[in-house]
Amino acid sequence: MPQFHTTLGSTRYTFASLGELLARASPHRSGDQLAGVAASSAEQRVAARYALADLPLKTFLSDALIPYETDEVTRLIVDTHDLRAFQPVAHLTVGAFRDWLLSDAATGPVLAALAPGLTPEMVAAVSKLMRNQDLIAVARKIRVEVAFRNSLGQAGVLASRLQPNHPVDDLAGIVAATLDGLLMGAGDAVIGVNPATDNVPNTLRLLDVLEDLRVRLDIPTQTCVLTHVTNTLEIIRRGGPVDLVFQSIAGTEAANRGFGVNLAVLTEAREAALSLKRGTIGTNVMYFETGQGSALSADAHHGLDQQTVEARAYAVARHFKPLLINTVVGFIGPEYLYNGKEIIRAGLEDHVCGKLLGLPMGVDVCYTNHAEADQDDMDTLAMLLGVAGATFLIGVPGADDTMLNYQSLSFHDILAVRTALGLQPAPEFARWLAGQGVSDTEGRVRALTNSGAMERLIGSGASRHDA
Amino acid sequence: MTPDDDPLPLTQPVMRDPFARLRAATPARIGLGQTGDGLLTAPMLDFQLAHARARDAVHARADFGTLAQALAPREIIEVESAAGDRVTYLQRPDLGRRLSEESRPNLRHGPYDVALVIGDGLSARAVDAQAVDVVEAILARLSPRLSLAPIVLARQARVALGDEIGDALGARLVAMLIGERPGLSVADSLGIYLTFDPKPGRRDSERNCISNIHGNGGLTAAAAAEKLVWLIEEALRLQLTGIELKDDQDTTVLIGGGS
Repeated sequence: MPQFHTTLGSTRYTFASLGELLARASPHRSGDQLAGVAASSAEQRVAARYALADLPLKTFLSDALIPYETDEVTRLIVDTHDLRAFQPVAHLTVGAFRDWLLSDAATGPVLAALAPGLTPEMVAAVSKLMRNQDLIAVARKIRVEVAFRNSLGQAGVLASRLQPNHPVDDLAGIVAATLDGLLMGAGDAVIGVNPATDNVPNTLRLLDVLEDLRVRLDIPTQTCVLTHVTNTLEIIRRGGPVDLVFQSIAGTEAANRGFGVNLAVLTEAREAALSLKRGTIGTNVMYFETGQGSALSADAHHGLDQQTVEARAYAVARHFKPLLINTVVGFIGPEYLYNGKEIIRAGLEDHVCGKLLGLPMGVDVCYTNHAEADQDDMDTLAMLLGVAGATFLIGVPGADDTMLNYQSLSFHDILAVRTALGLQPAPEFARWLAGQGVSDTEGRVRALTNSGAMERLIGSGASRHDA
Repeated sequence: MTPDDDPLPLTQPVMRDPFARLRAATPARIGLGQTGDGLLTAPMLDFQLAHARARDAVHARADFGTLAQALAPREIIEVESAAGDRVTYLQRPDLGRRLSEESRPNLRHGPYDVALVIGDGLSARAVDAQAVDVVEAILARLSPRLSLAPIVLARQARVALGDEIGDALGARLVAMLIGERPGLSVADSLGIYLTFDPKPGRRDSERNCISNIHGNGGLTAAAAAEKLVWLIEEALRLQLTGIELKDDQDTTVLIGGGS
């Protein structure tokens, strides 16, 4: 096994493997402590960063962190690596790569062309040498444009997923929360429900009500029920109105097995969704969620740090050209990301790693009640992600998800980010908002102070699902 | 005063609440209004109050002294996990699943069918508010044929701490009553996890769970005890718990969750 080392003063620090070097270089977080892979001192952490900075990027092409033979995610990463695209940075060390990414030479188009040449381990490594400011500066150069029934990812656009969950999947309740979100200008990324009961008949019921609402109000967006991919496949067979195929994914074959998925079933599901030809202006039909710590919680992290494993999930995602992908950054709890500081850092890392790999990265800015975090931390992360050019954020009524029992952003919060940074919804959706009187002549969403628009939309939206 | 006497006739239209009929359909915080892009003061403070209660429930210390008095004269044993303090507990679920070195000698083997453990889990308030009622309701329904171990009060406890406790007591079944992760609407919800042949290393799929025991539209103590006693009888008959113990009573099975 290769050894990596650096000497600081009179102390020589050695790292037995590439995985160990990456883990020791990672910023402090509780999940790496729990896994026993974190640096044992602050100085050791910086020593690892010195050693990592001197490491040739090429090392990642020959030193697989999880063996090729035993992990299909590794095989995907290696087999789809584009050596020609990698050439512009092939001579760099990780430290020099950071310097180059921040330089004026690394423009958006240059980084887009580079993406197929980068592996998740390379981007995870360089992110460990970046401060939050760097994570933002690099990410904001990269725009990844995708489309289905509207177009997302353009410069100046910040989209939103409208998440109208209900504790027992009550249809009138889901419609009520959806109307609330639409009146607050949310829903251009997707109107996406997490079902409380995850089975085929219930998902079909939810899909039908979302489809009915979307068609009746003629909303230029897509809908999704976030059920297991195998349920969605069955629903497609039964002729259900599936816009997007959803699945939670992780960065190792074993962790994906824990989710009950593999690359073959994702391929099958994507082809099934494409065969429906429901996208009017684009063919991005997949929606993925990820999050640091999911591999460790499935005991499938192979001794790697949680941020590196998370980046490997993006290699899975990009293979399927998704419309949407987001990290659910603070959902997993304080044993993985302890407090607001760790959640904010992880959100920015996940975002830039996804972008560097060519994904239209979004973030669920969120936390649980046992984490050391509150809405002030969410305000900070949401605003930073707006600056960093996130493709979309997730909103729930009043920031309170009453089904999943965690706090995300409110629709208000997303409006505040848009206003502060001069960002707009997806263009097709922005026109619909204006047509409905939800936004005013200046593009401000003020439906709740416009009783005409409010009553019209609620009247037509709720008519068939009265409480 | 009749309308004709009104010196100031209404010039503004009466503002109706278009959300009125939607609110009944969901507990979600819909129709909150807005000022600029922001939340109005009242709903903002409502949210902060709910979060504050949830936070307090996570960080409060369960009042085991009062609990022991309420359960007297039954024999009580207090233990704590290896987590030691709340900050460690929240970051190290592995330590919350093991007994501290000092606690282990407190537990003695006996000819027990059932051990009841009350763990603080993620909500001390749940234990303070529900545990006595739930334990009394269980004991009132449990068959006198079954031998009950001393009631164990466990601090900084995760669900799986019950495995080591049940093992140390030599109990055939352990029922862990534990504070659930607080939500914004309910911060004092108790859950019960039942495990047959408890010993370290049991998987979550080997347990049956009754969740959402609380006074805000949740399961009552009596209803929870009813379900648990049924599960206990079935578990002893089938010699197992978990996904193979089908729940004819429509109990939520499984889910280890954040506990």
